Amino acid sequence: MTARHLGRVAAVALPAVFLGVFFLYPVAAIVGRGLTGEGLDRLTGLPGSASFRSVAWFTLWQALVSTVLTVVVALPGAHLLARHRFRGRAALRALTTVPFVLPTVVVGSAFVALFDRFGLDDGAFRMRHTVWAILASHVFFNVAVVLRTVGAFWEGLDPAVEEQARVLGAGPWRTFLSVTLPRLWPAVAAAASIVFLFCTTSFGVILILGGPARATLETEIWRHAVWRGDLASATALAVVQFVAVVAMVVVANRLQRRRSVDERSTFRLPPHPTRRLLGANLALLATVLLLPVAVLVERSLSVGDGYSLRHYGALANRVNLLPVSALVALRNSLLFALVATALALVVGGLASLVVVHGRGWVSRVLDLGFMLPLGVSAVTLGFGMLIALDDPPLDLRSSRWLVPVAHALVGIPFVMRTLVPTLRSIDDRLREAAAVLGASPTRVLREIDLPIAGRAVAVGAAFAFAISLGEFGATSFLPRQPDRLTAPLALFRLLGTPGELLRGQAMALAVVLMVLTAACVLVIESRGRFGSGVVRGDL
Amino acid sequence: MNGLTVVAVSVGFGGAPVLDGIDLAVAPGEILVLLGPSGCGKTTLLRAVAGLEPMVAGSISWDGVDLAGVPPHERGFGLMFQDHALFPHRDVAGNVGFGLRMAGMPESQQDERVRRVLELVGLEDFGPRSVSTLSGGEAQRVALARSLAPGPRLLMLDEPLGSLDRALRDRLVDELGVLLRRLGQAAIHVTHDHDEAFTLADRIAVMADGQIARTGTPSEVWADPRSVAVARSVGHRNLLDLNPDGSCALGRLGTGPGTVLVRGDRLTLQEGAQPARVIGVAFRNGRTEVTVSVDGLELSLFTDRPVARGETVGLHLADEAVVGLDGA
Repeated sequence: MTARHLGRVAAVALPAVFLGVFFLYPVAAIVGRGLTGEGLDRLTGLPGSASFRSVAWFTLWQALVSTVLTVVVALPGAHLLARHRFRGRAALRALTTVPFVLPTVVVGSAFVALFDRFGLDDGAFRMRHTVWAILASHVFFNVAVVLRTVGAFWEGLDPAVEEQARVLGAGPWRTFLSVTLPRLWPAVAAAASIVFLFCTTSFGVILILGGPARATLETEIWRHAVWRGDLASATALAVVQFVAVVAMVVVANRLQRRRSVDERSTFRLPPHPTRRLLGANLALLATVLLLPVAVLVERSLSVGDGYSLRHYGALANRVNLLPVSALVALRNSLLFALVATALALVVGGLASLVVVHGRGWVSRVLDLGFMLPLGVSAVTLGFGMLIALDDPPLDLRSSRWLVPVAHALVGIPFVMRTLVPTLRSIDDRLREAAAVLGASPTRVLREIDLPIAGRAVAVGAAFAFAISLGEFGATSFLPRQPDRLTAPLALFRLLGTPGELLRGQAMALAVVLMVLTAACVLVIESRGRFGSGVVRGDL
Repeated sequence: MNGLTVVAVSVGFGGAPVLDGIDLAVAPGEILVLLGPSGCGKTTLLRAVAGLEPMVAGSISWDGVDLAGVPPHERGFGLMFQDHALFPHRDVAGNVGFGLRMAGMPESQQDERVRRVLELVGLEDFGPRSVSTLSGGEAQRVALARSLAPGPRLLMLDEPLGSLDRALRDRLVDELGVLLRRLGQAAIHVTHDHDEAFTLADRIAVMADGQIARTGTPSEVWADPRSVAVARSVGHRNLLDLNPDGSCALGRLGTGPGTVLVRGDRLTLQEGAQPARVIGVAFRNGRTEVTVSVDGLELSLFTDRPVARGETVGLHLADEAVVGLDGA
């Protein structure tokens, strides 16, 4: 066996073992428990249970409505970004991406702040603990998914086709409906399927904004497992959730594949948008995306009748509610995020190489396998680890690695989603040209693949870091030493306890988390123009 | 055997072979042009020689040493891609110096050599330019410089001028020929353009359907293409189908049925010769291309004489005007 051969085996084995031990085994443990003994009794009892039926129904319809609303809100913005040029376009694109990586607890805090500020906690226009709060937060979260997926695809569509329609007598709306939308459909469907998946597996915001009356499968699993200690019911629900999610991921993946149609675009400088178009778009995006964030910042600074930084100062003090101060929790989160990012880069990077360069089923299995943690929901992941990794030989309950590993699993899909398309978009002839000029296969990897994919690696790393920093769902299940509390968990506890001072601290902590995660995205987005346009080289 | 020897090379993806028993030789310093329509396997042949395409059968050797099992990066051949495949993440100098770096040349020598090669292709000051700012012609020169820089034993050029406009193309073909000859560079140049082929070639190999149909010097191939496919590839227009007794409107040109070539460069207009009606007149490069009809049989030729459409002229077939061909 040559060294190269060994390297290849390792490149496949490391991601496969990681996925197997930390994801498939825990999931199998859930399924195993859910399909035997007490778990099975609960599972077979589910269809007859009225409360289960209402939870399942609510999970589905809120996700469906959230998805439709998200697409409707995002399409005008996608059009603006894809088909126009204006000052601040790159900045707008970057800013609209921020909500997507914000921690769920921060988004929850932002809407709590919003309701607080405008008196929507109760009364005639009560928003808190209603489905409206959930829908609004889901739109806030997922607009970026549609903006980016559909926007990028839209940019690739040849504008000459629309011009042809206009010349042939179709008005702007007619052109959009009969010429643009049909071609855009694969991207819209792909984006919508992902948003739908995210909304069905949404956890943190539903817990915070929905209140006890608004339960989805996710929150029910958590309530059974963590509050009531009823593992049998929790596993039964998790099995249902898992099966549904796998089905959705398969569909989403299919749609994703079909999206890669390439219209050879005639290059043309896009036009400036009209004032009205730009203004209306900015107003819409500002209302949906900016308002909650702005109010969150305002609330964090509001003390009594005036403004001060007192809530921020208080972060260093430990309150009785928490085992450590919020500041220590923040430090814990940053450390976990560093380790999780490193893990995600190594494992996700190797898996990406295998997916792009590997053959047949190995490549496909890894591709789909690492997509699963993204969909399978953080709750299933955390719950699975809780029940699977607590027996010898894998007793990791007290291990400080458990949290970063869980975070890495959630981050890896993002690393791969940015890395795989970039690696694929590298023209094979670049590699061949390098080979003919004397570069060995490993040298080609170093000289061509890595430099060109460098930005994608950085983007994936930033995503992984931001996601780890804000991860709430899986972490909330994982056993840990009390002093290793993470910032999102601290925030959740602060939010859930009444009291003006605690609320103020919660807002301040949410703002700090928001700034940290947003910074990851903005730093990456603003780093040069070495994007996919350059990678395609000759186009 | 000095230089490149290709013996009985076949390449196939599953069903029909893309290359079917190719034999070819390129001597040191020789420019061989592979001419043929698109899809005939020219590019595949280059890729097989470069080691990028696995072969089903046959052998490729250099100076008598078999190259089977030698990976592309150890063959010491240069390959210039159709659309250049410049590295987008490196500037012009970084592209040109790439092969030198791979060869482990000391950095100071690299800079010097990059400068000299860029000078050679007329792009002295382009070193620090980003490749995305280059025009088509400039990108082509950078790609050429990149292929030439490591001093390949054999340079292969895959329709390098394909994407450029006519005028630029004509100029670059001339420049390329001068440059390759000055360097004594052995080269295989692939094109579907017969003008380009005749301008550049020491020898031409005409490809059709994955096989080499004819090899020879440009004048040999022009004067005696031997088959209809080759005659078409090199730009002959007057291909006449004969009656079973070998006759046609021009008289008896053969001994039986089949196709003959009437070379346009051996046709002249002469008073009193075979009467023909002028049906088309086109002015090209200072000469007039005339299409005449003899009882519905169309032929084209060049003349310096002013002629008008509809006029009746006398058509004279000089010696060696009629060439027999195989195949339909």
